[in-house]
Amino acid sequence: MKVGVLLKQVPASDTIIKINPDKTGILTADVKWEINPYDEFALEAAIQLKDAGKATAVVVLTVGGADAEARVRDALNRGATEAIRVDDPALAGSDALGKARALAAAAKAAGVELLLAGKQAIDTDSAAVPGIVAELLGWPQVSVVTGLTVDGGKITAERNAGGGYIEVVSTTVPAVITCDKGLNTPRFASLKGIMAAKKIAIVAKSAADLGLSAGQVGAAGALVEESGFELPPPRPSGKIIQGATPEAKVKELVRLLREEAKVI
Amino acid sequence: MSSGILVFCETDGGKLKKSAHELLSKAATLGGPVSAVVIGGSVDGAEAGRYGASTVYTVNGDAFGAYSTDAWVKALAAVIGKASPSVVLGAASPVGKDLFPRLGARIGAGAVTEVTELSNVGGQVVARRPVYAGKALATVKVKSSVALFTVRPNSFPVNATGGGAASVVAVDAGVSAADLKTQVVEVRKSAQATVDLTEADRIVSGGRSVKSAEGYDSVIRPLAAALRATPGASRAAVDAGYAPHSHQVGQTGKVVNPTLYIAVGISGAIQHLAGMRTSKVIVSINKDPDAPIFQHSSYGIVDDLFTVCPALQKEFEAVVG
Ligand SMILES: Cc1cc2nc3c(=O)[nH]c(=O)nc-3n(C[C@H](O)[C@H](O)[C@H](O)COP(=O)(O)OP(=O)(O)OC[C@H]3O[C@@H](n4cnc5c(N)ncnc54)[C@H](O)[C@@H]3O)c2cc1C
Repeated sequence: MKVGVLLKQVPASDTIIKINPDKTGILTADVKWEINPYDEFALEAAIQLKDAGKATAVVVLTVGGADAEARVRDALNRGATEAIRVDDPALAGSDALGKARALAAAAKAAGVELLLAGKQAIDTDSAAVPGIVAELLGWPQVSVVTGLTVDGGKITAERNAGGGYIEVVSTTVPAVITCDKGLNTPRFASLKGIMAAKKIAIVAKSAADLGLSAGQVGAAGALVEESGFELPPPRPSGKIIQGATPEAKVKELVRLLREEAKVI
Repeated sequence: MSSGILVFCETDGGKLKKSAHELLSKAATLGGPVSAVVIGGSVDGAEAGRYGASTVYTVNGDAFGAYSTDAWVKALAAVIGKASPSVVLGAASPVGKDLFPRLGARIGAGAVTEVTELSNVGGQVVARRPVYAGKALATVKVKSSVALFTVRPNSFPVNATGGGAASVVAVDAGVSAADLKTQVVEVRKSAQATVDLTEADRIVSGGRSVKSAEGYDSVIRPLAAALRATPGASRAAVDAGYAPHSHQVGQTGKVVNPTLYIAVGISGAIQHLAGMRTSKVIVSINKDPDAPIFQHSSYGIVDDLFTVCPALQKEFEAVVG
């Protein structure tokens, strides 16, 4: 069974965000890029399936320019065995649907049967692409999982269902699973892994290679349009509470929470 | 022609959840008739009517036990087909987050998730949403004839507009057990079951400085309990094993939006701020007067958490009813 991993590069989590002049996005010149942290859990889960002899190949699938190659290479160094990077000027301005169309087509072309993804990407924070990919492929989805076992074609996943409940969900391949923190601890690349990955080429594919027409992807195919990027308004400056003793400070805090902020 | 707003309401024991009250209250201000839909649960038309809905659609049947993507997508698509709204709202809850993107792909509608503002701009409902973990905000417009939005809990105030009871209309979505490609085989209460952090109205979070799981359990949990708050944690506290993963607040944890957030012994790293910066009132307790968290706090106490927290707990026990 081939396992696919949806991988996105995102600005490192400590990036100080600056908005571009036409407010359509952020300035990327000084940004340090990383693999989306949730995708690292998906990648690790896939590599563990390969190590356990349950996956025959781990295929990294990404939509991105040549600048995304370093992140894909990192994934290969850690143990992925193939990589497809969908890159086409026609994809510029794609929304989640357009990217999902490209990724679903790439997964199909690669012969993937189980697709793992992060539960969300920490740039757009949309958590939209995996569910759309699952719909396009007609596969079941299990989202936000913190436990995963694959046995033959049978999948058992644990997911946080909210309200303090954990659900154990069973399904079968082919399927799309999104991964949360707690699923595993992602590995770093080993020297052996880096040497082995040297022989693996990252395959670039265009929209046409994947049978996608211009109207299906890019700005033309987008149903969702973003604009008006802004930094959040700064918080009004707060008060440091003075008092002779911890008890006195606490009393004053509680008074302020009741009388000034009116939140208790 | 599609028009009006359909609100996907989650229920708990036959009552609408607070998130549903928020969404219905907001929908009533956006123009056009408001209807509601409840899937796999019972609903009181009078309750929905009080918050402004004129019709409540319900979908039930054998396939609607535990939540499943397949049954809910098919059911909601059927109700949208019947009600033909121009806007569908749901909560950015575990259910709403799983459901809406796939629903959008099913019906050819754009889905926007985790929005925090909605407004009617010249007849079109437009959203604002945080991006880059709240380090920026963006305006989002949907071009399809139906627009789907999930809204972060606690974004909108609740207003009972005082309308009469909504009429309840049962819809047969033609969903059967054969549609379900996933099965819930077990549901367990997680070790420390509490209100979901993302829906919590008050949160008390502890950082690395609680020093141990015992420290977390003896300082943070009782303080949270005294305030009727949900306990949270920094990543440093989670990674050290003081609190479970489900408690982590921040860029790679939960993004929370409470009325009151108390950060205990948390430095205020950019990734932590990303998860809690929209809290209405932020209180921090830290012994370092230069800790960055103070720059983002409404109130700060510079002192040792191990003396401040027990005293604060006592005060909360006395005043929080
Ligand atoms: C990819 C990535 C993702 C991340 N995601 C998250 C995330 O989701 N959430 C998150 O929280 N972090 C996240 N981090 C980690 C983040 O950078 C910080 O390391 C973390 O938030 C620090 O936790 P802390 O404030 O508990 O600990 P520290 O930074 O060590 O701060 C401890 C604080 O406690 C104070 N203190 C110590 N003793 C006492 C005492 N007795 N009384 C009062 N105050 C005391 C100190 O003055 C200090 O300010 C992420 C990092 C990366 C790289």
